[in-house]
Amino acid sequence: MEELVSIFVRSIFIDNMVFAYFLGMCSYLAVSRTVNTSVGLGFAVIFVLGITVPINYLLENFILGRGALVWLAPRFAEVDLSFLTFIMFIAIIAAMVQLVEMIIEKFSPTLYSSLGIFLPLIAVNCAILGGSLFMQERNFANIAEAASFGLGSGVGWFLAIVGIAAIREKIRYSNVPPPLRGLGITFIITGLMGIAFMSFMGIEL
Amino acid sequence: MSEDSTQPTETLFSVKNRKLLTNPLGPENPINVQVLGICSVLAITVQLQTSLVMAISVVAVMGFANVIISLLRKGIPPRIRIIVQLTVIASLVILVDQLLKAFVYDISRQLSVFVGLIITNCIIMGRLEAFALHNKPWPSFLDGIGNAAGYGWVLLAVGFFRELFGSGTLMGYQAIPGFMYDIGYENNGFMILPPMALITVGIIIWVQRYKDRRLIDIS
Repeated sequence: MEELVSIFVRSIFIDNMVFAYFLGMCSYLAVSRTVNTSVGLGFAVIFVLGITVPINYLLENFILGRGALVWLAPRFAEVDLSFLTFIMFIAIIAAMVQLVEMIIEKFSPTLYSSLGIFLPLIAVNCAILGGSLFMQERNFANIAEAASFGLGSGVGWFLAIVGIAAIREKIRYSNVPPPLRGLGITFIITGLMGIAFMSFMGIEL
Repeated sequence: MSEDSTQPTETLFSVKNRKLLTNPLGPENPINVQVLGICSVLAITVQLQTSLVMAISVVAVMGFANVIISLLRKGIPPRIRIIVQLTVIASLVILVDQLLKAFVYDISRQLSVFVGLIITNCIIMGRLEAFALHNKPWPSFLDGIGNAAGYGWVLLAVGFFRELFGSGTLMGYQAIPGFMYDIGYENNGFMILPPMALITVGIIIWVQRYKDRRLIDIS
């Protein structure tokens, strides 16, 4: 249990998707104009990351990894399908996004109408694929650790996008030099937020 | 398509085609202006060498993905086009990844997950959607190469500054002469850290928009 909490907190603050790895920057920059929309996208990302990372963990450990097919027959011990990783992960992600979209539409039309346009966008959000690829690189011990990593990364991304959206709403009233307006200043603010988040780096959990 | 029949004699490097290649380098740059494909620009630009390998990989993937989608454009049902595009891109990225692992293993280790993330690089999806689905293979190829090159130069510029000021080297060779260190110059270790990549890109955008006032965000 302690281990799970530690992974969760680490992936929110120390290994933050946006500030430490720059993942999901496209939607981070494009959708962070207002706080409302960014909250919607943030929740959708938490949701999809929390689902796809554990699923891809199972895929990695029971189908793709070296010797992962042993449960099928002992003679598969040497089979290594890891070159298929990318295509399988992205297929799972695209399929899950579609599925999640349909489920939400069926059971919670209000949530669907608020997330609506963002859900399909998420399939090509690098944070999602990145989450699965980092999961593969870190060799988590069991599916619960993978799931807490997925959820934690999602929450970290959520914090980042809501933070930048709030700052951008305020900065509208500031006198920024014209060539820096919009994109430029957003980059620089993100950099400064990244520096702030670096202060978590020394924390040992 | 009417477009196909009206211009049968267009030469390979007509003005229109050259525009496809050169526009993304400046006024339509995918990173500085269209804001696509930012993730990898920031993460792998600590050294010039990794930036170069990444830029070449993206040029290759994008050129071929555009050609393949353009060849298939009449056969792809619109409803499932995104999954078809992702499959094509993912297959090409697997090829690039295997090649990198075979020939430049060290760099492929340094790039780690970011080779895989070329799949979700929004520039590629964006150009497939916006261009390759409606155009013939040759213009699509030029468009792909042009956009990937526009992405590449920003990558190289950021990598250049970060490696020069961060480690005092370029492509792994010492670039700042030794006597500079003797008189008190020191590497700025800050440039190697992630946040400085964002600030470097911010400054590149600032300079570019200062030179080209049309790009200024008026909203």
